[in-house]
Amino acid sequence: MVAIAEPVAKPVSRFRFVLDRRDVLGAIFVAPAILYVLLLVGAPFLLAMYYAVSAYTIYDPSWRFVGMANFEQIVRNPVFLQTLGNTFLFTFGSQLLGLILGKFGAFLLMRPFPGRRLVRALIILPWAVPVALATVAWEWMFDSLYSVINWTMIAVGIITRSQAPNWLGNPHLAMLCVIVVNAWRFFPFAIVVFLAGITSVPQDVIDAATVDGAGFWRRNYQIILPMIFPIVAVGLIFGIVFTFTDLSIVFLLTNGGPVNATSVLGFEGFQVGILSGDVSHGAAISLFMLPVLLFVVIGRLRFIRGREI
Amino acid sequence: MAAVLTRNIIKKFGEVPAISGITLSVPDGEFMVLLGPSGCGKTTFLRIICGLERQTSGDLMIDGNLVNDIPPRARGVAMMFQSYGLYPHYTVRKNIAFPLRTQRVPGPQIEMKVEWASHLLGIGHLLDRRPRQLSGGERQRVALARALVREPTALLLDEPLSNLDAKLRASARQEIKQFQQRVGVTTIYVTHDQIEAMGMGDRIAVIDHGRVRQVGTPATIYDDPADQFVATFLGSPPMNLIARNGGYLGFRPENFLPKEMADDGNTTEFSFHVDRSEYLGSERIVYGRIKGIDGNQVITAKLPPAHVAAESIRPGEWCSFAVRNGALRYFDKDGQRTGRH
Repeated sequence: MVAIAEPVAKPVSRFRFVLDRRDVLGAIFVAPAILYVLLLVGAPFLLAMYYAVSAYTIYDPSWRFVGMANFEQIVRNPVFLQTLGNTFLFTFGSQLLGLILGKFGAFLLMRPFPGRRLVRALIILPWAVPVALATVAWEWMFDSLYSVINWTMIAVGIITRSQAPNWLGNPHLAMLCVIVVNAWRFFPFAIVVFLAGITSVPQDVIDAATVDGAGFWRRNYQIILPMIFPIVAVGLIFGIVFTFTDLSIVFLLTNGGPVNATSVLGFEGFQVGILSGDVSHGAAISLFMLPVLLFVVIGRLRFIRGREI
Repeated sequence: MAAVLTRNIIKKFGEVPAISGITLSVPDGEFMVLLGPSGCGKTTFLRIICGLERQTSGDLMIDGNLVNDIPPRARGVAMMFQSYGLYPHYTVRKNIAFPLRTQRVPGPQIEMKVEWASHLLGIGHLLDRRPRQLSGGERQRVALARALVREPTALLLDEPLSNLDAKLRASARQEIKQFQQRVGVTTIYVTHDQIEAMGMGDRIAVIDHGRVRQVGTPATIYDDPADQFVATFLGSPPMNLIARNGGYLGFRPENFLPKEMADDGNTTEFSFHVDRSEYLGSERIVYGRIKGIDGNQVITAKLPPAHVAAESIRPGEWCSFAVRNGALRYFDKDGQRTGRH
């Protein structure tokens, strides 16, 4: 009897098609981002938490554990409390102003006019221009001697030379300046968010509102804005998170002054922890941002979910 | 006095003419259908009546008043859109109440009218739901309720059935028509579907390329088309048109029958070559060619399913078919209807 050779199945290497598998490929693509977050955000965060409960300063790099002592000392410092208040004022003031400007800007940019495309491209500049560049320009605009704002007001006759406000030297005006500059930086982003939202409202709904008798204001405030609220809220979350943690504008424009009038948490943390070398207290100040941010983000997201259209 | 009267309405978008002079009169209580293919201008015309577009020239009168410069909310019209346009963030109750709130109607009266409108349409049990929790048919009824709550002079409907599935369409068609007869509101209904138009309209205005081709009752439009466009747009399968004597001769497929079936003395005969036959249950559609006519032109015949003559039609054979002379329609070379030639 002839033995018929059975075909032997050739073993395929387990790794030959490994890159075709979604879970493997997906993990490989996401890995750099996760690594980034872990190394540049996670690790510093854990370090900050450690520093905050230690007595580490650059003059005395001790890893001695001190519990909540740093936090208690900070809270008892009146400058810190002012800083905390300033941060909230700065954040919500600039977000509110930015939103209002963004909303009007979006409505203006919806209607066709000659040059609209150019304006739409240019409007992104405040957001895109490097913050240092922009802030230096604003610094000159607010300068006590050379302010172009004061010059214009004097030229038009609204005020005299002696009445010219010292923008960055007056505590209240300085806060206003910082809010204005931040709103100026934020409002193009707000315009984009609003435009995206408004254009997503179906034309039929707007037509129906027109036929039902809604004029311009009612259409916007009772129909369009409530409908785009989830989109706006997400934009607002971004804005709040970025602004609450921001130190660049304060650092560049007023350096926290005059007399801590514009000092915000990010700036104070930097000032105390890096510039002054008191790392443990600086870390503790920075960590104060965390509960507020968590609260804001979680609260907003839940609110949005409840109102989903 | 007509509820809605338009005089020579012209609308141009830049240089492009969308509507080239439509004069139409809709008497009080009539269900007028604007029928035409996509892009013919019927929706633009409806939007002009509503006030969402402004006509380039021409007059529009609603209830005897010239309303050219009057905004939509003051014209006494209400519109129902193709995708309903319900406010997604409001409950059904607030959706229906919205038109009354904009007119600053006092609260108790709003309540009363909302109850009335919702009962009229059978949606009383849905008042506290939101649009995303409703089915297609329910949303349509809410949109209707919202349109009617202001008791408008004219109700405008823009292809309201096109978002419904086929089965629901038939019952919705029935509901809308019955409902309009009960309430008696003047209605202008836009559609491209001839079955909807024939089934619902008291009168139909057939529109093509921005012009009205013919206005008449469904029977008039179907049996007495004013031109080639109307003749071929209505009827499924469309009217057969063959070139004859410098013009066209038309006959509908249901009138094109085997000689034995059509024989009542006064007929015109054709020699018909059967290419293909479709059995559709309630009817049989036969495709073929007529001797002496261009070989590429397909002629259709619609036969009843169960006649002996019909069953003997087989593909590949030449048969003798005929049309009653009374069912023949003549058109000149421009497509206009003429007498016999």
